[in-house]
Amino acid sequence: MHNFDFVKPGSVAEAAEALKAEDAMALGGGQTLIPTMKARLNAPSALVSLSGMAEMVGVSGSDPVVIGGATTHGQVAAEAGYPALAALAGQIGDPAVRSRGTIGGSLANNDPAACYPAAALASGAVIKTDRREIVADDFFVGMFETALEEGEIITSVSFPVPAKANYQKFLQPASRFALVGVFVAQFDSGVRVAVTGASEEGVHRWSAAEEALSANFSAEALEGLSVASDGLMSDLHGSAEYRAHLVKVMTGRAVRAAG
Amino acid sequence: MSKKTHITLKVNGKSEEFLAEPRELLIYTLRERLNITGPHIGCETSHCGACTVTVDGKSVKSCTMFAVQAEGAEITTIEGIGTPDSLHPLQEAFKEHHGLQCGYCTPGMITRAAKLLEENPAPSEEEIRFGMAGNICRCTGYQNIVKSIQAAAAEMNSSQSSSSEAVGHKTTEAAE
Repeated sequence: MHNFDFVKPGSVAEAAEALKAEDAMALGGGQTLIPTMKARLNAPSALVSLSGMAEMVGVSGSDPVVIGGATTHGQVAAEAGYPALAALAGQIGDPAVRSRGTIGGSLANNDPAACYPAAALASGAVIKTDRREIVADDFFVGMFETALEEGEIITSVSFPVPAKANYQKFLQPASRFALVGVFVAQFDSGVRVAVTGASEEGVHRWSAAEEALSANFSAEALEGLSVASDGLMSDLHGSAEYRAHLVKVMTGRAVRAAG
Repeated sequence: MSKKTHITLKVNGKSEEFLAEPRELLIYTLRERLNITGPHIGCETSHCGACTVTVDGKSVKSCTMFAVQAEGAEITTIEGIGTPDSLHPLQEAFKEHHGLQCGYCTPGMITRAAKLLEENPAPSEEEIRFGMAGNICRCTGYQNIVKSIQAAAAEMNSSQSSSSEAVGHKTTEAAE
């Protein structure tokens, strides 16, 4: 691995300043970034650690539930007063990954098979940065792509809590990412369904299912629907057709589990 | 280009102080700098868990953490769990129930299992498999690892309850 400068800022403002350096990168829990640096897919000039600042760590509020950007998956699993979100966080990766990995890091990376983007998009979360607030519908732009600008820091994420919600993940057992994952959230205003692990564009909403479930919140409401395999990922773990099939299956399971 | 960083941390209760490049991974600090060779390098890609150690009370893959990130931390490795003369109940149970064959994954396995039993002193088989998901063993097929952890949990719980019974006795006597 190439060497780099390590910066441990005392505040978000200091972190933002340090991130102005050319080729500097923000370091959350490092559970994706460090492996990519080993593979020389990333070679930052400096790493600015976001994990040591108290102002970016913690879970607070009951509706919305507000989670600091540097809060680990393990802490969200233990503390978030939003059961479907806590359950999702408790199933990310493995225990060691949950000890280190952070919600801000996961959302900023926007891995097309990551769990958190599905929760943020289905819940209509608001991503707060050191510069602005971005609603989830505008945040996820494409595979590994978000609305974040260069050096922008996710300071917290605010989750409205639905009346009913559930996340179902079809585990890819080697990576422990979602082969397909579906988060269903029922609000008074309607149902939102977000799908991860399927599309080449990353996390996305399944609008046909949202309409059907808003009219009738039951797995039976999905019966007439089908998911096209166009634009879905295809790899040795599952073809696009298989993933398309799983989207519907996992949505049905999530609705049943949400009750 | 980048300066070395001054790092202080505690490993198995012993304070350590050194200068390291920011790119130094914690597993190399432990193995090559401090000669603590219990934690192993298996895959070095965050998958296998052979390098698992406890950092400030949490299981961590030490190949996926820089030493600079462990500044001020308290670290426990397999060397801090039991001694050759006085094995930890997990070590005893792994020995007794054939929880290892080649032994390469065992230090990480036991370090993680010790943490798991702290978090959940009486885990079901399913909870053990879920809680140990970050530690891969290519020999045993896991059955005997699960058995070993269950046996250790039973042993630790029975010695705990006999000591709390003793305490209970005293309390009763004191109340009388």
